[in-house]
Amino acid sequence: MTADVDIDLGGLGFDRGAHLLVQRALAGLPPGGRLAVSGTDAALGVHLPAWCRSRGHRVEWPDPADRSRLVAVVVRGTADDDRWFGAERAGPPLPGALHSRPPPRWGLGARGALLEAGGPEARFDLDDRDLVWADIAPTLYAQAAARQWDPQTAVPWDDTFTLPADVEAAVVQVMTYLVENEQAALVVPARFIGRIHPHFREVVQLLAVQVADEARHMEVFSRRALLRGAELGTSSAGGRQSLFTLVAESDFALASFLLSVLGEGSFVDLLGFLVRHAPDPVTRRICWLAMQDERRHVVFGMAHLEHQATVDPLLRDRLRAAIHRRHDALADTAGLNADVFDALVVLAAGGWNPDDVAAGFEHVRALQQAMDQGRQRRLVRLGFRPDEAAALSALHTRNFM
Amino acid sequence: MPTPSVLMGAVAYDPKVVTIWEGFRGWLRGRGLEFDFVLYSHYERQVDDLVAGRIDAAWNSPLAWLRADRLATAGGGSVHALTMRDTDRDLTSVVVVRADSPVHRVEDLAGRLVATGAVDSPQATLIPLGHLAAAGVRVDVRRFDVGVGLHGDHIGGERDAARALAAGEVDAACMIDANHLMFVQEGTLPPEGTRIVAQTGRYDHCNMTVREPASDGVRLFGDLLRGMSYADPQVRPLLDLEGLTAWQDGRTTGYAALAEAVDASGFYAPDGRVTAADYRP
Repeated sequence: MTADVDIDLGGLGFDRGAHLLVQRALAGLPPGGRLAVSGTDAALGVHLPAWCRSRGHRVEWPDPADRSRLVAVVVRGTADDDRWFGAERAGPPLPGALHSRPPPRWGLGARGALLEAGGPEARFDLDDRDLVWADIAPTLYAQAAARQWDPQTAVPWDDTFTLPADVEAAVVQVMTYLVENEQAALVVPARFIGRIHPHFREVVQLLAVQVADEARHMEVFSRRALLRGAELGTSSAGGRQSLFTLVAESDFALASFLLSVLGEGSFVDLLGFLVRHAPDPVTRRICWLAMQDERRHVVFGMAHLEHQATVDPLLRDRLRAAIHRRHDALADTAGLNADVFDALVVLAAGGWNPDDVAAGFEHVRALQQAMDQGRQRRLVRLGFRPDEAAALSALHTRNFM
Repeated sequence: MPTPSVLMGAVAYDPKVVTIWEGFRGWLRGRGLEFDFVLYSHYERQVDDLVAGRIDAAWNSPLAWLRADRLATAGGGSVHALTMRDTDRDLTSVVVVRADSPVHRVEDLAGRLVATGAVDSPQATLIPLGHLAAAGVRVDVRRFDVGVGLHGDHIGGERDAARALAAGEVDAACMIDANHLMFVQEGTLPPEGTRIVAQTGRYDHCNMTVREPASDGVRLFGDLLRGMSYADPQVRPLLDLEGLTAWQDGRTTGYAALAEAVDASGFYAPDGRVTAADYRP
């Protein structure tokens, strides 16, 4: 019998991977090409034809008088090639040359993989590069992944300290407020993760780590609140209303703007304030750790909005409208929980002398000014004129976030 | 001119049958054939309906083909094998023992206990038992009647026979060649724990049986099936589910071994009546 190629499987049977060798040999042949297969495994004469049948290859048997180890000649079929007819690469593997609009058929296929034709049209509605991407995303993701910290070991939970009851109560109140904020900050990106086309996977990864960041923050702030007692502080209706407007925003750019650029930006200032005025090492440490994470969130939000501002001349109009809309939605609410404001003053005062309280009050006022300045700076970077940035910043929710 | 049409029967041996034929129906209708299918719970009623003219085509097991052929001939008519899968040609069955078995040749099986699939399984019961009988080897049989009426399409009986072999409850088990490989790969049989002591001759499996091969609908049906390409992403998943890479012309030269086994066991009468004593589909 004639064949183009020979292969001897030795004692290897199909029950232990012989198909890999046959497949490899067949891959080098065109359809119709002939592969002579020899071997000594006792079941080879049964399994080789059965395997070939299922793969669309034809088998020719040797002459019964053939005394060699030849088991059969396999004639390569077309099914292996046919399966990959019309296959396409799901874009480039690395993010250097991303598609501006990856098609739904790429769906969950790994970016850069060779996709068999067919398969589901998996719709991810955030499928426009300009709407989600920032060139800094891969770098930020790598940083974020590298800087994950363990809440158990990164915080000196066992440090012995005792605070006056009213100071401890102020800490508990502030922690309660932080937990609520972080809950919102977790839910907002989580809602978008499932809507972003996986082609932009670094953004999805970055947001996933951001969600994990917020999860840790919720844990440590809750744990600090309960470190010396059994109850949390108060939660105002206005505060929850303010946070819920963030969760309800369904536009990625606007949600990112409200949450990261305005909210988390101010939140970084607040955490910095708490690092300075924390009355105990645990509070100081967890605020510092959270602040590092939040800074990253702001950087990403700014980066992708700055990019978007260059390609979408209407972006600023939309951002402006979003601020007005949120302001109107919150116009009838009380804004920041008064208990939170007072607790911040207590922490910054460090004592109950009238002078201490006055100083504490002044520190909180300075914090609010710093938050306002920060918002204005970021708005200017996004292309707003300074006077308009000032006006828009003034409309930001009194709830800080 | 009316649109060519075909009403086909298929046996629902597995839920995937619905997926497969609904998918094929959409594809065939998109190419000008008014195609529909009805599902049967076993092959005997499907064959009855084909021969009685209630359906135009039957996606038949080899055993169902034999009975359709006998029934039609007895009634003065005929049926034809329109197409078959590429994977329906040249199958074999094997008789397997445990590696440490004293059985080395087929003759050594004489008087021993052999596990088979269901009573109506061509590949795991009728053909291998026919093979042993033809070799003059008389054995005791332990049958695993799973999915009776499905002509062995339900693999459960075959797998249970293999399990009985692995458990040492029987001396040998019968199965289709590809299933021996699958049972080892999936762990039903221990790797390198079995030996093949007998292999049947090659036989064919299912075919698309029709009554009127020259009708417009059936001719178009055959042409469209043969034209299905594995390169077509719309039908490829369906072909994968149905276990083929191409439809080929039907042939009837591969059913002699099964016919002999059917006659020897008295499964069907020469006129197609069901005569198997303990067969209730």
